[in-house]
Amino acid sequence: MNWDPLWLSYKVATIATILSFVIGVGIATLLSQTRFRGRELVDALVTVPMVMPPTVLGYYVLTAVGKNSWLGQTYESLTGGHIAFSVVGCVIAAFVGSVPLVIKSARSALERVDPTVVQAARTLGASPTRAYLTVQLPLAAPGIAAGVMLAFARALGDFGVTVMVAGSIPGQTQTAALYVYEQVAKQAPAGAMVAVLTATAIFVLYTVNSLGRRSDIQYG
Amino acid sequence: MSEPGKAAHLDIALNVVRTGHGQDFELNVEFVAGTGITILFGPSGSGKSTILQAVAGLYKPSKGHIRLGDELWSEGGTGRFVPPEKRGVAYLFQSLALFPHMSALHNVCYGMSRKMPKVEREENARALLKRVGVDHLAKRKPQTFSGGEAQRVALARALATNPKVLLLDEPFSALDRELRVQLARLVVELVHELKIPALQVTHNHGEAAAMGSRILKMRSGRIIADGSPEEILGGRKGFQDIGKTPMPALLPRALKE
Repeated sequence: MNWDPLWLSYKVATIATILSFVIGVGIATLLSQTRFRGRELVDALVTVPMVMPPTVLGYYVLTAVGKNSWLGQTYESLTGGHIAFSVVGCVIAAFVGSVPLVIKSARSALERVDPTVVQAARTLGASPTRAYLTVQLPLAAPGIAAGVMLAFARALGDFGVTVMVAGSIPGQTQTAALYVYEQVAKQAPAGAMVAVLTATAIFVLYTVNSLGRRSDIQYG
Repeated sequence: MSEPGKAAHLDIALNVVRTGHGQDFELNVEFVAGTGITILFGPSGSGKSTILQAVAGLYKPSKGHIRLGDELWSEGGTGRFVPPEKRGVAYLFQSLALFPHMSALHNVCYGMSRKMPKVEREENARALLKRVGVDHLAKRKPQTFSGGEAQRVALARALATNPKVLLLDEPFSALDRELRVQLARLVVELVHELKIPALQVTHNHGEAAAMGSRILKMRSGRIIADGSPEEILGGRKGFQDIGKTPMPALLPRALKE
């Protein structure tokens, strides 16, 4: 068994998850803390990748970052490389599929925090930013962490978006999920890789459930 | 800014429409509260809590004004609005709203000036917890507190900011009689020491009679009577009477209608 695709997958998923965490919590903060016209439309737009066919999503991403796109050309002039069909493409593919999971769970966790607790912080002299950072965000942390774990699992398992954006170039952009597909197509063994991916998924879900229980305890 | 140590009067005039309990109601009140506890007494839905929220700055009234001494906190006409963190109002919420992720000590430290060194803040917080009789809880988190303990920690936290006004929203509603009596005594003592105006919302007759220096009886967004406990409730009750008689039997007929 060639384990390189697995390491690539872990690497790609880790970077994509960090990006999803930072950007996802940022967007969730905006959606939960501010009221503006079209807020729910923004929510719908950033969530739609969850329900779109991955190939359709991949098509959009490829159009946005491909060789002839503005982003692709800017990237090329800065680094000399390409986003599409590279590891960077793998990361972006994994990111767009996983960031909605962080946004959804972070927004709901932030909005579930008892508003009087935040109001209490304000009457005790905290600015809106301090109340958010020291009270609301820490109380939402278990819910956000659960979303981040799910985002990691989603990033690790991505197939459709990655195959569109990064191809399945062995030794370069072939992640574990793509490798399994290729092995089966070649009628070569894939069982060990399947087992490791399954174990990872089970571990992630188990952790998410534990985090869920923790946040229940916290909210009583 | 009003001078520290010198009691300032809380001047409130509100004329607002609020949506609550499925129907709009008009709140139209005007009063000046001096030092001591002013009780807002009346059935739920009469606008008592809205007044507290407006004073704390958690709600921005469209008409009327709120003033403490010479500080103008809120004015409908000019749109002036001082945010809650700049008012120096201590709010004891009905739900207490303790921070569940912090120890009692850190709950109390939260509102203290951050210019003060941490050691000093913690020392002061310990002293406050001791003052309200729960210094043994300093390191523990709110989930482990009994109702009375949580109430005391919330009181210490509210007082840690050296507030200029104290707001109490049915502070003892979740407690049994014994604890109500103890805490009512403590609050009256503290307000007396601090010499600040306090507004307390309650619909408990005994509590109002024992704690208030003045009673504002409210109904449907209006003040229908204003006077001493003797005048409004027919006599000052001792602390021991708090909660002794079932509340409905004591409610004046006007409130039951």
